[in-house]
Amino acid sequence: MTHHDLRGASAVVGVGLAGCGEAPGRTAMELIGAAAWNAVTDAGLKMTEIDAVFGVSAVHGMPSVTISEYLGIKPRFSDGSMIGGSSNVAHILQATMAIKAGLCSTALVCYGSNQKSASGRLISSAAEFNPYEQPYKPRFPITAYALAAARHMHQFGTTRQQLAEVAVAARAWANRNPEAYMHGPLSVDDVLNARMVCDPFGLFDCCLVTDGAGALVIVARDRAKDFPKKPVYFLGGGMAHWHRSIMQMPDITVSAASESGPRAFEMAGLEPADIDVLELYDAFTINTILFLEDLGFCPKGEGGRFVEGGRIAPGGSLPVNTNGGGLSCVHPGMYGTFILVEAVRQLRGEAGDRQVENPETALVHGNGGVLSSQVTSIFGTEATL
Amino acid sequence: MTLEDRGPGPDAVYREELLAGRFTIQTCADCGLASFPPRVFCRHCGSDALTRVEASGHGVVYSTSAVRNRPDKGGDHNVSLVDLAEGVRMLTRVDGAAPTEVPIGARVKARIVTGDVPHVVFDLVTE
Ligand SMILES: [Zn+2]
Repeated sequence: MTHHDLRGASAVVGVGLAGCGEAPGRTAMELIGAAAWNAVTDAGLKMTEIDAVFGVSAVHGMPSVTISEYLGIKPRFSDGSMIGGSSNVAHILQATMAIKAGLCSTALVCYGSNQKSASGRLISSAAEFNPYEQPYKPRFPITAYALAAARHMHQFGTTRQQLAEVAVAARAWANRNPEAYMHGPLSVDDVLNARMVCDPFGLFDCCLVTDGAGALVIVARDRAKDFPKKPVYFLGGGMAHWHRSIMQMPDITVSAASESGPRAFEMAGLEPADIDVLELYDAFTINTILFLEDLGFCPKGEGGRFVEGGRIAPGGSLPVNTNGGGLSCVHPGMYGTFILVEAVRQLRGEAGDRQVENPETALVHGNGGVLSSQVTSIFGTEATL
Repeated sequence: MTLEDRGPGPDAVYREELLAGRFTIQTCADCGLASFPPRVFCRHCGSDALTRVEASGHGVVYSTSAVRNRPDKGGDHNVSLVDLAEGVRMLTRVDGAAPTEVPIGARVKARIVTGDVPHVVFDLVTE
């Protein structure tokens, strides 16, 4: 067993969501406020007991400062590092470090957006002027992921049918989640026959645009049992990023998850075979395939064949994206928060009809930008400590 | 020793060269590797010994996509990644085939497009 200082050093003791799907009439900050209140209440705490805030937002330049003011918190430690959709996954690692270092005791990690109601389109960290990209009118972030998918298909024989299996599995999970935005049947043919958006992606290969906010409360391990809910322990975390612009990604079929994953596994002292449930940032169908490969769940190039036959769907051998994913549950611009919350619910046994049977470990993988920032976190129940 | 930090920088020089009809790439006198987009020092080895050379313009399509748009919004257009012979990759557009029909692996040749933001596109090379 590994002895990394951060392994098991913290635990999630509260989670909350707000405004997922559509929340007309609400500002982003109101949604963040509601999610934070829900998470703090879930932990049996009062907002004034929070002494550290880790938050991001698509519309605030100093997010953790604005969020703290709104919530009435005067934090001892605060961080609003913006690395795209993986930001909150990274904040779990940073909160654990700050707690372990004695800089704070009770941390709030949060994100929220009202982008569907406010604009109806994806407001993402990828929207930045770049004179070496803009003249070609890419539809970022979609085009970048489409280029990765096209290359993966060319290089490994991955098919649109295999990409579609990812969307079909996500919908099948969403159908078991009353909080998911999309419900109803979705077949491989439905995915293949949908309007094309950016080849090889049709409409259902792309994530939703929704409203939504999420929050988590993190405390030190020695306090984890002082709260009403079953604690979910942080076992390992790792980050990596190699590029910001898709043209600078060395091999667009290999993401930096191939470094963040092994770092997280090493800290946790675990291997892919030890993971009971996976929550992978599925902004597009290719993401799930790339991350299954890069995190070591199947060999490079085999991800398309790996997801065939419902392997990652309900009833399959590997439960992946059990809330319905960014493809069918919720995707308010930055989705990392929501996979963290789903992993906690699964490990607590609170996932209702989509509950995986007695999971002890969960892997969360966050992605940001255009396959840019990759952050892996591994969580476990008390039995894994 | 410090790096030059005044006057037209590498981005401005690249743009001026394009407007003058020259597509240029930085190469490193120390490690021999090329950098694109332009940098103030070599992104591979950190050396400041960057020189600007005219690119051959020869490339190969690394990946490709078609951004779909309704005809009244300009219709579909191609976006590709092209690997230049000099060893750098560019986001670009490939002409000479329908936007959806650009083959990965195809040979392409650079062409400069001037305007507000001068840029380089590629044409499919037909044997
Ligand atoms: Zn060099």
